[in-house]
Amino acid sequence: MARTISYREAVNEALRQEMERDGSVIIMGEDNAGGAGSPGEDDAWGGVLGVTKGLQQRFPGRVLDTPISESAFVGAAVGAATRGLRPVAELMFIDFMGVCFDQIFNQAAKFRYMFGGKAVTPVVVRTMYGAGLNAAAQHSQCLYPLFTHIPGLKVVLPSSPYEAKGLLIQAIRDNDPVIFCEHKALYDMTGEVPEDSYTIPFGEADVVRDGDDVTIVALGRMVSVAEEAAAELARQDVQAEIIDPRTTSPLDRDTILESVENTGRLVVVDEATPRCGMAADISALVAQEAFGALRAPIEMVTAPHTPVPFAQPLEQLYIPDTQKVANAVKKTLDWKK
Amino acid sequence: MTDPVSTEDTITKVTMPKWGLSMKSGKITSWFVAEGDEVAEGDELADIDTDKITGVLESPVPGVVRRVLAETNEDAPVGATIALIAPADVPEELIDEAARAAREELDSGAVDEVAGPALGTVRVDGRTLSYATLGTAAETVLLIHGYGGDKNSWLFVQEPLSARATVHAIDLPGHGDSTKDVGDGSLDTLAGAVAGFLDQQGIERVHVVGHSLGGAVATAAAAREPGRIASLTLVAPAGYGDQINADYLRGFARASSRRELKPHLTQLFADPGHVTRQLADDLMKYKRLDGVQQALDSLLGTLLNGDRPGIDAAGLLREFTGPVRVVWGRADQVLPAANAAALEGRAQIAYVDNAGHMVHMEQPSAVVDAVAGTLDG
Repeated sequence: MARTISYREAVNEALRQEMERDGSVIIMGEDNAGGAGSPGEDDAWGGVLGVTKGLQQRFPGRVLDTPISESAFVGAAVGAATRGLRPVAELMFIDFMGVCFDQIFNQAAKFRYMFGGKAVTPVVVRTMYGAGLNAAAQHSQCLYPLFTHIPGLKVVLPSSPYEAKGLLIQAIRDNDPVIFCEHKALYDMTGEVPEDSYTIPFGEADVVRDGDDVTIVALGRMVSVAEEAAAELARQDVQAEIIDPRTTSPLDRDTILESVENTGRLVVVDEATPRCGMAADISALVAQEAFGALRAPIEMVTAPHTPVPFAQPLEQLYIPDTQKVANAVKKTLDWKK
Repeated sequence: MTDPVSTEDTITKVTMPKWGLSMKSGKITSWFVAEGDEVAEGDELADIDTDKITGVLESPVPGVVRRVLAETNEDAPVGATIALIAPADVPEELIDEAARAAREELDSGAVDEVAGPALGTVRVDGRTLSYATLGTAAETVLLIHGYGGDKNSWLFVQEPLSARATVHAIDLPGHGDSTKDVGDGSLDTLAGAVAGFLDQQGIERVHVVGHSLGGAVATAAAAREPGRIASLTLVAPAGYGDQINADYLRGFARASSRRELKPHLTQLFADPGHVTRQLADDLMKYKRLDGVQQALDSLLGTLLNGDRPGIDAAGLLREFTGPVRVVWGRADQVLPAANAAALEGRAQIAYVDNAGHMVHMEQPSAVVDAVAGTLDG
């Protein structure tokens, strides 16, 4: 049955249940065990934010702490996936992708295609993204659009504990490389999660809230920001429909288009920087496929095109908030030719 | 207990009911009564929205509605007093006093948590069966849900019945919180699970209520151990008559997203407005659990023989000689009410207006009345 647990616990439970179910699932990365092999084993952290806590003790030999070399351990995980394991590699911060990107975009993403479907690469790269923890420009970015750009990768952005567990189990069972992006400011979010294992299919958006006045497409952590904005708007008699795509690749185009065809207005909310990002991508989709339904120009609420500031007041200003979302919605409602 | 004729005792607090395990509060969407109205027991008082579904709150007693405390569109926690009913001769001062206390409680939100059904599990044939029990009275009632349902589908029925019986609602194998493996998925396996539950609970005599597939399971359980089953109440049961909506069943089993599922769900109700997003979401959450798809596919093979019914419950019912009541929604689009003809002469049949297949959710009082009628003997 369902009980209330945190996003962090939901990720941990998905890993534990899949490791129990399938002996080929292993974990590797920096500090996943945390202190393994040293006298501190029993109180190992289980990752910098405690997400993999307890797994090393429960599955000895299957949670591997690696040297600080993303290029080596992500490459090893990709190779192991082609030879029958289902590795879950943890790229501690998505910001570090630069040093292991060849292994991901030129190797993992291409194998199925280049070997004519004979090779599968069931690797998951779990990674933390997002601003809000005052972690500065090199530890706060939303780089999932870069992965979304690469054919052959699946990209997942769970917005709640329920999505986190079901999408991670799906990611582990999936035979393609999956980039699983966890927002670090969501780890303490709680919600109802079934105890049993379950999967949420990729490419199926969640309609978080029904509404007829405007469609808000929000990604990852921005889903709860959009929900707060929608609650505020509802008090002013504006009913927003909120769509959480859950995966940016594949993208559930139909749910977005059907909603805009009904509401005639679109606001896309994304914490990533605006150029070549999901907000632009989804806006282009709607402009092309549902132009006739639009009753106002599309609004994009994103971070500005700058690095994430370290100064806390600036960081708060950087992240899209409910006020910005509500203002964008009102702009679409007030628009007149 | 104080003196039963004292005036305090004659003021009845109408409280926000607990319909289902997860219900924490409810919103009164409309009041059907006003202060000063005289009501009989069972009269409809208000529509209450629970997120999952809108239900009708009925008056627990006859009397005069002396105060309406919760306003329309107000959220009230489960257990909070939302109205006061008392005979016309109870003095205003006493009513005022009770109303003040109740209003304070409502405003502060400091309402004692209402104990919902007690949850439990038993092990039967290597499977875990989950159940929820409400009430402590001597007679025992067992509620068995239908295909793709679970113990929560009795949310509007279990509570009112709990005043007069110990009411268990179980999750059949493959459903709710029970083990998802259904073995061969046969009626016999499901009836065996029910018998195992009764054994584990030490229940020797029980009134069994079954909806849809659960109605066929109830019949099979009665055929197996006729002496143990005090009565059967069959709500739109499977296995009677020759009409079945095979497209609905297959569509429900195969739907893999909320969008695919929703059109099928509207066939469950006379009023499609009952299909809330929450209902569809909850069903999708269930369908995504490991093992559920196999369970639904396997049970589909039991329910259907091609496009025709795959179960003959009518034949099994010959083994049972106890009282049988039937409740069928006239607007049932899954198992049409015409199927009830197979039970004429054998059972007391109630055809219910404005109800589809989910009679117990749409017109729960019809089901409660049928079971209560049986309990009254």
